[in-house]
Amino acid sequence: MQTIKWTTSTVVAEIFYCVIGIIFILTGIKALKDKEMKNRYFTAIFWFILAFTFIAGPYFPYWVTGLCVIIIAALTAIGKVTQSNSDVPAAENTRKAADRFGYKVFIPAVTLAIAAVIIATVWSKQLGANNAIGLSAIVALIIAFALFHNKPVQAVSDGTRLMDNVGPVSILPQVLAALGALFTAAGVGNVIAKGVEVIIPQGNRFIASAVYCIAMALFTIIMGNGFAAFSVITVGIGIPFLIMQGANPVVVGALGLTAGYCGTLMTPMAANFNIMPAALLETKDKYAIIKSQLPVALVMLVIHIFLMYFFAF
Amino acid sequence: MEVLKLIGVLIVIIGFALKFDAMATVVIAGLATGLVAGMTPMQILETLGKAFVTNRTATLFVLTLPVIGLCERYGLKDKAVDFIKSIKNATTGKVVAIYQVIRALSASFSLRLGGHPQFVRPLINPMAQGAAVARFGKIDEKTEDEIKGLCAGSENYGNFFAQNCFMGASGTLLIVSTLNEQGYKEVTAANIALWSIPIAVISCIVGIAYYSMFDSKMKKRFGGNHAEVKK
Repeated sequence: MQTIKWTTSTVVAEIFYCVIGIIFILTGIKALKDKEMKNRYFTAIFWFILAFTFIAGPYFPYWVTGLCVIIIAALTAIGKVTQSNSDVPAAENTRKAADRFGYKVFIPAVTLAIAAVIIATVWSKQLGANNAIGLSAIVALIIAFALFHNKPVQAVSDGTRLMDNVGPVSILPQVLAALGALFTAAGVGNVIAKGVEVIIPQGNRFIASAVYCIAMALFTIIMGNGFAAFSVITVGIGIPFLIMQGANPVVVGALGLTAGYCGTLMTPMAANFNIMPAALLETKDKYAIIKSQLPVALVMLVIHIFLMYFFAF
Repeated sequence: MEVLKLIGVLIVIIGFALKFDAMATVVIAGLATGLVAGMTPMQILETLGKAFVTNRTATLFVLTLPVIGLCERYGLKDKAVDFIKSIKNATTGKVVAIYQVIRALSASFSLRLGGHPQFVRPLINPMAQGAAVARFGKIDEKTEDEIKGLCAGSENYGNFFAQNCFMGASGTLLIVSTLNEQGYKEVTAANIALWSIPIAVISCIVGIAYYSMFDSKMKKRFGGNHAEVKK
């Protein structure tokens, strides 16, 4: 069980997690209401269990949430979580609305970004940087209501429509973070570092730079998480093969993490950057983003190796 | 048998390569790794659950969906196309390049401008698609996907390679704490931020070069400026 330290910041955060949980519940209810839908019960159960972990997860022993994660993974594995029928706005209606509201339609979207910046800058100490996202969403929603004069319930149905649109893939990043925790607990990093020893010739700085950068990228590709890769690979390779050979730790650290991000650009494991947005953008090919990023990522990785070699030593 | 611990890595690689369900692949990899490392099922469940609860932050974008859904209903995409059509000589590449630079600048000041749901879907992608349509008439599905890839990529390059220029960024603080922990006390947030600037600048240059190459490719594929509508 989590012992939450209750401050303004954590109270607000938990409220937002409850709101997310309610959006999940509504997505599940939307599925239940769709009588045409074959998998409506399984889909609803998926969203309800997920909602439970968001709303109540911290107040139960951790193994309960762990079990929930296994159940929802089982539901997606058997392919029973699908999209239900949504109230998609018709093209002629959006065109009509566009002509009516003109460029003012951008105001809520821009507010969403700017309000987050202002809130994060002014109140980050009191409210925490993460809460700025939710607070800016509230501000933007109020402005949208004032502008469109729509029924507030429309925001709920449009929100669940997009949620359903993104689907189960939306929580993959969270599941991946959990995998990283298991890898760390099991000592997967040590095993990899021992293997690498063999391929770096004693004192060859260029190869050491290359191996460190490539290992950061590779490990990030595998784990989908540059942060997890950084702690493992820097301790396993960066320190023994670079810093202890005279490299500047500042340069090794700064370039090491962004070398890992080159890997993030190439991997479906970084679902929140490469797969979820593909679903959000409704690409025909779900790897469209990765394919587009591949050349840039490889060029950036080569640049990292040379910068590491020239600046660190 | 230390090497057995890599079983999770293997499962992930195979699972993603064969396009098994991503979530199930990841969960199975985690369970297998834990078991091989000698963790009890209870320990595995607890580690999994704890990480899941503490990483709910990764799913905060859900909060932005209602307002984005509303804007789309009231014609945001249509107006984005109108807007881009009103700018003379805007190319897809220019739209995306401008976005990457803005994104990198905002990231380096730790301004949470972006995110695919906040900006790319409702603003940048419609603008970039609009630029292509305005220039070449109708474009095919493959090109549409390529443009979506560019837009999503520009968000990622700007975000990833510039975020550590900010002293308070979580990545910056991760580097500092990891190296301090290992005894390298000369590493501070300020000098990590400083040494993150070169890669941020380089990433923008690489991005701009990539987008202008895409513009040339489009021109070849669909003909000259303001060509006839292609079927």
